[in-house]
Amino acid sequence: MSGELTVVESKEETLPRAEPAVSDAVPAETVIEPPCGWQFLNVRELWRFRELIFFLAWRDVKVRYKQTLLGAAWAVLQPALMMVVFTIFFSRMAGLSSGDVPYPLFAFAGLLPWTFFATALTNGGNSVIGSERLITKIYFPRLAIPFASVGAATVDFAIAFAILLLLMPFWDVWPTAKLLLAPVIFFLILLVALGMGTLLAALNVNYRDFRYVIPFLVQLGMFATPTVYMQPRGDETDLRALLMMANPMTSLISAFRSAVLGGHISWDSVGISAVMAALLFLAGCLYFRRVEDSFADNI
Amino acid sequence: MTAAIRIEKLGKRYQVKQGEEGSSYRTLRESLSDWVRAPFRRPRKKNNQAPFWALQDVSFEVQPGEVVGIIGHNGAGKSTLLKILSRITKPTQGRVHLKGRVGSLLEVGTGFHPELTGRENIYLNGSILGMSRKEIERRFDEIVAFAEVEKFLDTPVKRYSSGMYVRLAFAVAAHLEPEILLVDEVLAVGDVAFQNKCLGKMRQVGGEGRTILFVSHNLPALQVLCDRAVLFARGRVVADAPVAETVGMYLRSVEERAQVEVSQRTDRAGAGRSRLMRLEVHNGEDGCSGPLQMGGPCRFTFHVDRLAPGLMCVFNIVDEFGQGVTKINSNYRSQEDFMDPESNSRLVCIIDPLLLAPGRYRVDVGLYASRELQDQIEGAAFFEVIRGVACGREAPRSRGDWKFVLPHRWILPHDLG
Repeated sequence: MSGELTVVESKEETLPRAEPAVSDAVPAETVIEPPCGWQFLNVRELWRFRELIFFLAWRDVKVRYKQTLLGAAWAVLQPALMMVVFTIFFSRMAGLSSGDVPYPLFAFAGLLPWTFFATALTNGGNSVIGSERLITKIYFPRLAIPFASVGAATVDFAIAFAILLLLMPFWDVWPTAKLLLAPVIFFLILLVALGMGTLLAALNVNYRDFRYVIPFLVQLGMFATPTVYMQPRGDETDLRALLMMANPMTSLISAFRSAVLGGHISWDSVGISAVMAALLFLAGCLYFRRVEDSFADNI
Repeated sequence: MTAAIRIEKLGKRYQVKQGEEGSSYRTLRESLSDWVRAPFRRPRKKNNQAPFWALQDVSFEVQPGEVVGIIGHNGAGKSTLLKILSRITKPTQGRVHLKGRVGSLLEVGTGFHPELTGRENIYLNGSILGMSRKEIERRFDEIVAFAEVEKFLDTPVKRYSSGMYVRLAFAVAAHLEPEILLVDEVLAVGDVAFQNKCLGKMRQVGGEGRTILFVSHNLPALQVLCDRAVLFARGRVVADAPVAETVGMYLRSVEERAQVEVSQRTDRAGAGRSRLMRLEVHNGEDGCSGPLQMGGPCRFTFHVDRLAPGLMCVFNIVDEFGQGVTKINSNYRSQEDFMDPESNSRLVCIIDPLLLAPGRYRVDVGLYASRELQDQIEGAAFFEVIRGVACGREAPRSRGDWKFVLPHRWILPHDLG
């Protein structure tokens, strides 16, 4: 080899190689194998990457609010404006009932978790497609992506929830002890959002039409969840009651509103919805895990 | 000592899924209609999906502390190997055992968001690369110092110059400190000062006893950094030997591949809107073939199939050791350039005088259009330079210790004679 090549510092070549640097823990052994169909959630790995999930959600929130005029106010404006529209059209014109709670408050308390759900589904569903560069260049548990997306939607929800609590006194409605149940109900809604968001995110990678299906599903979903904008009369036929049960969000939104504004919570429907929420979450995550290995190749 | 990396019979097959319009993904409609039609379809004679084996039967081991180079022509499977080792994609066959934390540098600045500031991106990128928040905080000052962006930490990254961007991105990645480091041609970006910095850092990392797998076309850098190199061709391991030997084999294979006519060559990279069909290297203004005369004019004629708008032709002249000698770019114009009304698929470069030392040289060509690589061929042509008279004076007779002549004048003492 001629000496014209880049300068070889011969000193370095004679130094013995140092022992591998001591790391904090015993080096883990990783085995990489061909994919094997259904795989369960790797909870330990997700826990190890918890900071990444946080950073990705933080990134989404920060980017959304940078360079916007109204900043965090957007989190409140969406449900607030819909509340106004609903009050005019559903309450005044269509005369839909809201029980003994003033309609605007009723609508806002229902729109709050629904907006969270809609945002989580939309952002979550498009999250994997939108992270194409990350997925093809670096390894981390792919579930972090839709999880972080839904996590970012939680921030908006928290802000709007605070506003709701501040608004309640204006209609002379005060929180009761039932308020403590609100986080529990929210957790169930979160499970449904995570399950469906993850499922849609995975479907969207292999079948690109889902990008168009998602907004349509969300819109349809709101009408299929009547408790967002009205109090069911309680005299539905069995068929209608069954249909309402099929949608877990129906009873969850109703329960959330009752927890915040004070009202009757139907525990058996919440129970059924809780089971459905858990199943949806598992189904979404399992399907995602099954196809995630092909993301980098197909995206 | 157990190997840091043990690869056993690794294979990766890509199924090129055909969507209806030839697109690479399917829609739900297509899948559903296939499903419905399935009972009525006659048994298919031939599968309409074309499988492609990017890697086949790859096996080798890397001991802790080794620095191994991975070389091979475009499409040989080097990047696929790194992707599998980085767990970005899964293998179709075989398995890999890795001992230790793995850090991958497949691209610089993965996950950087243009709206976030430098400081925020350091945390984000570090987290994406696998560092915990504590680790990032501990190394924050070092990272900033390496990247030299102290003054711009709180400016959104979209305002950074490309040099700053690349420095910051590499700075975060360089402070990863995993036991196993996988690097893919990252050193190809940035200016010379930056590339030297990267080389220095990689040398330091290697000296600390970490295992490094390094994919690159930068053969001189490889020869400095690596003890050993593995040569890939068409998805298989062709050689696994000390770096000098493997590099020699690779250079010889480049020559062999150049025997194939350029228009038939398949080992290209790039989008393909414009492709090089033929490259002729001729002596003299009027172009006769044969070895080129040092000091005389010579002509490089590039025939392309299609003239993409804004086409830019870049060619490297590389010596027999794989060291680049010069790079010529058709976008850098001067008064002397001539736009030929009769030519619409031919780019001609006349070098006059040719000041290269006698020896054997290779031409690597890259075609770019709209800032995107359209075609890239290594060893599109080879040529010999023979001794001659350059700038009116003879050249030194020795060989091997000089690369080119520089025009010069002497002012000598009167009595020298």
